[in-house]
Amino acid sequence: MIAKLRGNYGSGIEPLTYAGQNYMAVDRSLIPEILQVLRNEEQFDYCADITAVHYPAREKQFDVVWVLYSFPRNERIRVKTQILDGASLPSSISVWPGANWLEREVYDMFGIKFDGHPDMKRILLPDGWKGHPLRKDYGILQQDNEWVQINLGIESGQ
Amino acid sequence: MTDPHTTLSPLELESHDKTYLDANELIINMGPQHPATHGVLRVILRLDGEKVLGLECVIGYLHRGVEKIGEHRTYTMFNPYVDRMDYVAAVSNGLGYCETVEKLLNVEAPPRAQHVRVILTELNRIASHQLWLGTHALDIGAITPLFYTFRDREEILKIYEKYCGARLTTHAFRIGGLQYETYTGFEKEVKNFLTFFRPKIDEYEELLTTNRIWVERTKKVGTISAQDCIALGVTGPVLRASGVKWDLRKAQPYACYKNFDFEIPTGQNGDTYDRYLVRMAEMRQSVRIIEQAVDALPEGPIMAKVPKVMKPAAGEVYHSIEAPKGELGYFIVSDGSTQPYRLRVRPPSFVNLQALDVMCRGQLVADVIAVIGTLDIVLGEVDR
Repeated sequence: MIAKLRGNYGSGIEPLTYAGQNYMAVDRSLIPEILQVLRNEEQFDYCADITAVHYPAREKQFDVVWVLYSFPRNERIRVKTQILDGASLPSSISVWPGANWLEREVYDMFGIKFDGHPDMKRILLPDGWKGHPLRKDYGILQQDNEWVQINLGIESGQ
Repeated sequence: MTDPHTTLSPLELESHDKTYLDANELIINMGPQHPATHGVLRVILRLDGEKVLGLECVIGYLHRGVEKIGEHRTYTMFNPYVDRMDYVAAVSNGLGYCETVEKLLNVEAPPRAQHVRVILTELNRIASHQLWLGTHALDIGAITPLFYTFRDREEILKIYEKYCGARLTTHAFRIGGLQYETYTGFEKEVKNFLTFFRPKIDEYEELLTTNRIWVERTKKVGTISAQDCIALGVTGPVLRASGVKWDLRKAQPYACYKNFDFEIPTGQNGDTYDRYLVRMAEMRQSVRIIEQAVDALPEGPIMAKVPKVMKPAAGEVYHSIEAPKGELGYFIVSDGSTQPYRLRVRPPSFVNLQALDVMCRGQLVADVIAVIGTLDIVLGEVDR
């Protein structure tokens, strides 16, 4: 399958394997198309998870990861792409409606926006919260003290 | 606080009926402090009279930043934290986490450890389903099943307590196997429990399966098609009740499940009643698995060779197991240090809860409670 995709899209796709699991690093420009192809032609009909990883030392700071599964093939694959801080990605709700909350969580935790998402707002943290806690530059004890003081009426949540 | 007016996300699914949208609407706020939401879930309901036009879930009240904590603890230190996500199925959470780290380290737990893991995890599935049944029936108006299920669940918790000292957040497994050898008489006690528990399932069924009130409150309530389940990523008993014969224990076997003979119960209608039947059948299958695992329990070591200081080579792994609520996945990125570089948990309850909107549209407001119950969510896992 990956060989076929590589034939069509060239070096934009890099097949990788670790611990017996297949995944592929895909160029950002190919992202909406590859996801569509995986869903419609390769039968990856179930999007198990969408998440991100932050690498602050890199120029393209974020890895966004889609964990896909195919019921007909009983196979998993992960798609990974690198994006710049502040860049956005196209939403995949039209491909997998279940991506809705998963994309909102990525936005909430990393600040990565998904274009075309009908409801791009925080999901776990309160709406007015400042900062995205799963970024590496966000300390483990850090909080939005202003939000805590206004909404909870206490000096600090610590 | 957030504005109570909601913007519903337009889910283009086949069960989404648009004909109600012109009606006079009433917005009602349910929760977060509501006994039938099984925790702190806030649901903003858009109603026309008693009919639900749509709803929005507001979650995050229990958010503790488990994934962030994971990045700041060593692999071993993080192990007890996973018990606090789905706290009624703590053993399953631990199994998923330990197996994922074992994959990263490229070690495998010895057969005896694997068997004990299966026994404890399946007992946990029964305990989780018992808690679901008791609270779900209570929400709908049947009080007795709660007493029955809690009485019987106690026996499982006693086995846990005897094995590892804890009843709920057990921290039963270690990366590479088990810390504790089973206590004297463990096999016998587990078998005694099975003999005790088998007729109890019939007892639960006697109370509910043909009970007219139960049937009327659950049949054709919260129906979801297999197609919608897959599109929304819904897994576990909800998916199976819609007719998809998919269980990770069979599809991609982990631990030593491939050694055991069991069936995957499925439903046809995808309604609350079918989900009830599927979970009841799953308890019977768990009994079967435990029985085989106890009989086949091999002698031998309980711990694989793992380094004292765990430093998995740089790489990334996604591993998932069939938790009582659905697919529980862990995605761990290692940078070669003693702590995970990134630790992501894919919780079944979080993804399943997304289907609440689809399942409740066109139903009565009282059915929302039945549907929340049938989804079997644990808010500790939804919010992490």
